[in-house]
Amino acid sequence: MGDLFENYDIIGAFWVTIQLSVLGAVGALVIGTIVAVMRVSPVGVLRILGAGYVNIFRNTPLTLLMFFSVAGMAFILGLTLSENLSTNAYRWAVIALSVYHAGFVAEALRSGVNTIPAGQAEAARAIGLTFGQSMREVLLPQAFRGAIAPLGSTLIALIKNTTVAAVILGTTKPEAAGMLQVVTENEGASLATFGLFAIGFVVLTLPIGVLFTRLSQKMAVKR
Amino acid sequence: MKARRIAAAAIAASVAFALTACGGSDDDSDEGSGGGGGDSIKIGIKFDQPGLGLKEGSKYTGFDVDVATYIAEKMGYDEGDIKWVQAPSPQRETMLETGQVDMIVATYSITDERKEKVGFAGPYFIAGQDLLIRADDSSIKSVDDLDGKKLCSVSGSTSAQNVKDKVAGVNLQEFKTYSECLPALVSGAVDALTTDDTILAGYASQASYKGKLKVVGQPFSEENYGVGLKKGDSEMCTKVTDAITSMIEDGTWEKLVASNFGESGFKPGEGNPPTPAACD
Repeated sequence: MGDLFENYDIIGAFWVTIQLSVLGAVGALVIGTIVAVMRVSPVGVLRILGAGYVNIFRNTPLTLLMFFSVAGMAFILGLTLSENLSTNAYRWAVIALSVYHAGFVAEALRSGVNTIPAGQAEAARAIGLTFGQSMREVLLPQAFRGAIAPLGSTLIALIKNTTVAAVILGTTKPEAAGMLQVVTENEGASLATFGLFAIGFVVLTLPIGVLFTRLSQKMAVKR
Repeated sequence: MKARRIAAAAIAASVAFALTACGGSDDDSDEGSGGGGGDSIKIGIKFDQPGLGLKEGSKYTGFDVDVATYIAEKMGYDEGDIKWVQAPSPQRETMLETGQVDMIVATYSITDERKEKVGFAGPYFIAGQDLLIRADDSSIKSVDDLDGKKLCSVSGSTSAQNVKDKVAGVNLQEFKTYSECLPALVSGAVDALTTDDTILAGYASQASYKGKLKVVGQPFSEENYGVGLKKGDSEMCTKVTDAITSMIEDGTWEKLVASNFGESGFKPGEGNPPTPAACD
């Protein structure tokens, strides 16, 4: 077991997993918030676009998005993000993770918005706030607080879904799943290695689950 | 109403479970007779490697398939007795250890790490890592020209790790399979594809890529393809080794190489045909 850590940069691989998770989560939160606002906006076209985004990306397999990003967008359409192929794949992986999980974030936020009594939105408009102002000052802060639990689930799913990036990242700059492939190729499949990588993910996700449960209780809007 | 539905679902589930349980025990009994050298033999091959082991509908073609058929016939099995099983690279050791297959003939390089887990007979072919490039590309003549070039390989494979050690500043894209690399190579998104020359020759002679791609022909590693067997089965190993020896001596080996790789203009590298090593 000790050999495994000596011969393979397993910690480094999990560090890449963490990087992908953090960057993907930030991207997903930004895109997801925009899409959620579009879905509850008073403009019909924006609502349709928002719903379209959620339906397209939430229902497309992530593996397909990942592979299409490098093989389709970069190699066929020529949209390379870096001359270095592994940096290119890494950036596309972050984009694919953000775009895919943004759909789930948007739906979590929309459900958060829906927990707010309609009277509040009406009151905000009645005192003269614009749609943007009422979103920013009244609705979104409460929506985020109400959506903490589902956002936590999405984050945990995102962390585990970073393993899908192995289809384009390979083993040049491997995340955890890519490293597992290298180890399996060289040492053969063993229960110990599988267990080790599984424990790695539990260590990453379990505290997040506990944290988000706590937060959702503490931050819940008391009505 | 609701309770009845749940009961129905439970019954359906238990029936499904019982059925799968039956299927499982059937497989077990098969395994027992196959392993003892009874009426059928299970051979692990690649299903997706043109020129080596390829499944097209219900037909199997390629050099590994032909070699395996020859060995099985020498051991007293008819062609109809062979059950082909897909043996993807990462699962090969496990499949032999658990007895899912009796032997594996699937571009299986003999290495010391693998010898700790499984037994080998052979080698029956010596391959080498090489480069596949566009037919009109004259800038790559050997692995030394790779600096600054874009390269594609399969993630986790020995070839990918090798080329990383050989060329320090390698610009490598890794995909799950070589087939995914090919369109990128043809379109110019990458400049070369690297793995064993046999595999490359197989792709270069595929109908859709004929004339567009070529193998460089400067192998920079040595891969000894062996027949994977259960560890410690020296009786089986001797039989397989004898079969390989006679295959090389009676000219069949030469014929199989020509029929499977001839179209791409690929010639087996130095050391071929090999002399199989003695069994432990």
